[in-house]
Amino acid sequence: MSNTTSVKKPLLEVVDLKQHFPIESGFILKRQVGAVRAVDGISFTVNEGETLGIVGESGCGKSTTVRSISQLYKPTSGSVIFDGIDLVNAPREQMLDARKNIQMIFQDPYASLDPRMTVRTIIAEPLEIYKKRGMLDASYTKQAIETRVEDLMERVGLNKAFKNRYPHEFSGGQRQRIGIARALALNPKIILADEPVSALDVSIQSQILNLLHDLQKEFGLTYVFIAHDLAVIEYISTRVAVMYLGKIMEISRSSDLYKNPLHPYTKALLSAAPIPDPEIERKRQRIILTGDVPSPNKERFGCYFYDRCPNRMEKCKTNIPPMKRMDEHHEVACWLYE
Amino acid sequence: MTKQPSQTSYDTLLEVKDLKTYFKTDAGIVKAVDGISFTLGKGETLGIVGESGSGKSVTNLSIMRLIPSPPGRIVGGEVVFEGSDILKLPESTLRHIRGNEISMIFQDPMTSLNPFLKISTQMIETIRLHQDISRKDALKKSIDMLKLVGIPAAEERVHNYPHQFSGGMRQRVMIAMALSCEAKILIADEPTTALDVTIQAQILELIKELADKLNTAVILITHDLGVVAGMCDTVCVMYAGKIVEKAKTEELYSNPSHPYTFGLIQSVPRLDKAHDGKLFSIEGQPPNVIDLPPCCPFHPRCHKVMNICRTQYPPTTDLGNGHEVSCWLFSNHKERSHE
Repeated sequence: MSNTTSVKKPLLEVVDLKQHFPIESGFILKRQVGAVRAVDGISFTVNEGETLGIVGESGCGKSTTVRSISQLYKPTSGSVIFDGIDLVNAPREQMLDARKNIQMIFQDPYASLDPRMTVRTIIAEPLEIYKKRGMLDASYTKQAIETRVEDLMERVGLNKAFKNRYPHEFSGGQRQRIGIARALALNPKIILADEPVSALDVSIQSQILNLLHDLQKEFGLTYVFIAHDLAVIEYISTRVAVMYLGKIMEISRSSDLYKNPLHPYTKALLSAAPIPDPEIERKRQRIILTGDVPSPNKERFGCYFYDRCPNRMEKCKTNIPPMKRMDEHHEVACWLYE
Repeated sequence: MTKQPSQTSYDTLLEVKDLKTYFKTDAGIVKAVDGISFTLGKGETLGIVGESGSGKSVTNLSIMRLIPSPPGRIVGGEVVFEGSDILKLPESTLRHIRGNEISMIFQDPMTSLNPFLKISTQMIETIRLHQDISRKDALKKSIDMLKLVGIPAAEERVHNYPHQFSGGMRQRVMIAMALSCEAKILIADEPTTALDVTIQAQILELIKELADKLNTAVILITHDLGVVAGMCDTVCVMYAGKIVEKAKTEELYSNPSHPYTFGLIQSVPRLDKAHDGKLFSIEGQPPNVIDLPPCCPFHPRCHKVMNICRTQYPPTTDLGNGHEVSCWLFSNHKERSHE
C-alpha cells in the first residue's frame, strides 16, 4: 500500500503490521492449531504533532496495535518505522534507544502502577532504567532525577509533597496523572495512550483530557490515542482510524469522520453512540447492527465486516477490499466506493 | 409536584421517601444513600445518573432490600410499592415481590449467571420459583422469552451454558430472565456499561421496546448522560448520596440548574458539536462520604460556591413542572421572591 505524499514528515509509519497469537493444543508435544489474528495487516502513518485516534469495539485489535508498535509484542510480520528506524528488525540496542521516545499510558490506573512502589520510584523508573543502559543524554545525577520527578508531578497536577506515598493512597484520576508523569519522564516524542480515560468518571475524564491536550501543546507531543468512546476520540484526535477485527476500515480527519462517514461500519458506530441531548437523541435514526463481532481466529478471504454489514454484496464475500483513497486525508476499505 | 395537564402523567407505582442507607466501616459511617425521595409511575422510565460512589446502586439495592447486613443497614425512610412499605414487609412477602413484581438486571452479565448451570436450568428455576407451572411449561416460556429478546435458534440455545454466549447475548438472557415473570418494575443497574456501543444500542433498543410492549416501569441506573437522554422520561442526578436535581429529561438538558448537573453535561465531549479548545471541567475529586459535614458536599468543586454552601446543606427547591434542585443558588432566590 502506498503512503501519503503529504507535506508533513511522518514520525511513525506502520506498514502491513500483523500480530497473530498462536493457539496451541497438546500438553508436552505442543502443536499450533490456529492463530488469533488480533491485528491482520494494517498500515498507517502518524505525523509529528498530531493525534491519531484509533477507535473500535473490544477485540478489534486496538490495544494489540499499540503494544506491537512499542515492541511489547514481537510482530508476526510487517514493519514499524519510527524516525527512520524499523523497530521490528533493528538490533536490540538500536531499538531500545529509539523506544526511549515512545512511551505508553495504560487504561487501568489501578493495575498499571506497582502497589509496592512509591510515586517517586514509579515516575523515576524509566529514568533509572535508561541510566543503567547508559542511554540518557545528560548525565543524570541522583539529584537531577529527584528534581525531574518533582517537576513532572507538579506539571501533571500532583502535589510534590506526595512523592513518597503509594498508589493506593490516590484516587483513579490522580493515579492516571501518575501514569502520565511516568510516560513523560524520558521526554518522549510520541505517547501511545491505551484507553487512558475509559476507567474514569465523567468529571475526572474531562480533567485528564484537558491535561493531555495542554501537554501536547507544551511539549509538542504526538499521540496515538485509543478509545472506544467516539465522542472522546473525535474531541482529541486530528485523524481517526476505525478498526474492526484487526483491520482498518476507514481513516479520515476527525471532523470529516462525523460529517461524512463512508464505511458502513463507521456509520453504524456513529449512529450507535449516544448523544447527551434528548431532543436530538429521540429524533435520530439508528443503524442497529445485528449479531456480535465474529471470532478473529479464522482466516478471512472476504471483507472482515461481511457478516454484519447492512450493505453487503456478493463481491464482498470473496474479495478483501483494499484501502482506497477518497481525498487527501480520507481512506476507506469498502467495495461500495470502487 | 406540579404537573401540567398537557404532559403525560403516570399513576404512582413506587414511591421512595427519605431513604437512608448507611454502612458501618472501621473508618466511620458511610452514608451511601442519605435521604432521597422519588416516585416512579406506571410505564415510566426513570434515570438515575451519578459518578461512581454517588449511591446509585445502593439506592436500588435498598429498594429490593438486598443490602448486605452487616455492614449495611437501611436506617430510615419508606419504599411504598402498591400501598405497602417494602422495608417493613416480612421476608416471605418480600420474596414474592422480588422477581415477580420488581426485577433487576445487573451490570456484569459475565458474573450474574451461574457458569455451572445451563441457561434452561437457570431460567426454569427462576420461573418456577415465582409461578406455579410445570417444568415443561416453564421451559416453553423460557424459549418464548429468549425469542422475544432476539436470541436466534432459541430452542437449541436454551440448553447451552453461559460461556457459550457472548457478552451482549448474556445480557439478553439476563433481560429475558428479568422479564419472564412480567414484573411491573424493571431495575437496570448499568445494563450496558460492560458492552460495546453497537451492542449497547441493541440492548437499549430492546429494553425500550419490551418496556413499551409489557408496560413495565424502568429504573435505569447509568453514568452515561447520552444513554439517559435517549431512554428516560425523568432523571435524578445523584451526588454523594443525595439527589441534587430531579427533572423531566428535556428540561434537565435544556435547563440544568445545579452547578454539578451543568458541569456534568458540559464536560462530556460531543460528537455533534464542533470543538475548539478546552472542555469544561469540574475541578477536584468526588468527596469521601465517610463522616460528611452537614454542608453542601459539592461546594469544594463548585464554580458558583457561596459562603452559606460551606456550612449548611441546601433545601430542595421546586422550580415548577417537577423540576427540583438542592442548591442555595435557587433557594435564596425563592425566599427572596416570597418575601
